[in-house]
Amino acid sequence: MFKYFEPNKIFAITSKAPKYVLFLFIVVITIGLTEALILSPEDYKQGDAVRIMYVHVPAAWISLGIFSSLALLSVGSFVFKNKNFALISKSLAPSGFIFNIIALVTGSIWGKPTWGTWWAWDARITSMLILALFYGMYLLAWRIYEDKEQAVRITSMIAILGVINVPIIKYSVEWWNTLHQPPSINVLTKNSIHESMLVPLGIMTAAFALFSLLIFLMKYNTELIKVKNKGLDRL
Amino acid sequence: MINKIILMNGYGVYVWSAFSFTLISFATLYFSTRLQLSKEKKRFVSKFGSLNEEKARSARSQKINREILSNTSKI
Repeated sequence: MFKYFEPNKIFAITSKAPKYVLFLFIVVITIGLTEALILSPEDYKQGDAVRIMYVHVPAAWISLGIFSSLALLSVGSFVFKNKNFALISKSLAPSGFIFNIIALVTGSIWGKPTWGTWWAWDARITSMLILALFYGMYLLAWRIYEDKEQAVRITSMIAILGVINVPIIKYSVEWWNTLHQPPSINVLTKNSIHESMLVPLGIMTAAFALFSLLIFLMKYNTELIKVKNKGLDRL
Repeated sequence: MINKIILMNGYGVYVWSAFSFTLISFATLYFSTRLQLSKEKKRFVSKFGSLNEEKARSARSQKINREILSNTSKI
């Protein structure tokens, strides 16, 4: 099955896709920003500060999603011995890291007007900071180790170890007493967030997902060309 | 109306700084990734140009190499 996703076969698509994804991203983010900053209502308790949610929450969701994918691809790379998995993981990590930083910084900015502090060592914030450290180690390992096989092994181990932190982040608000509120969006039960806020949140999440796809495609193409550059050296 | 959007009942400084930080991070990541991609493409083209005829023919036989060469001026 994996032969259909070989880099040589999909480059024709991945090299052309970024311009379409960029166009779609610009359209969706424009609608999302209009909804988030102008059209959506203010919260009855938090007032306009609630608008920070529209960048904070999607960034946190996507950084968690990308790290989970890194772990899954790392397991896949061990099991199927497929080098393309490592290439995909390496290309996904930078946008995951940036989304993690955005979640931390915007969370800190949101904390000041709602909790009265920029930072608190509560379970959710601390576990998100630990995730950022894992992302940092993951990206650093790709730079430090010149031997590709070794880099794949080390980065896979970091991703598999780090993914233990993902359920801790998710359930931290239920397991411990934290400043964070319990989840407002639940797939299995009724959401406690009003539709007028859920729609902009959904649009912003789609925009952020498109942006991570755009960065992934560009990074993936860069990595493929790097491989081909080495191939030319060997000719 | 404009004042309400900018000031946001006193929360404007927090809201706008959070959104600005996000968009600046996006722009930085996008342009740095684009720069890396364009550097690698240029390196590929220059290496390809330095190959002798036989090696160039052999390299050109790979579809992906032809794709890279045909995409050098794009993203």
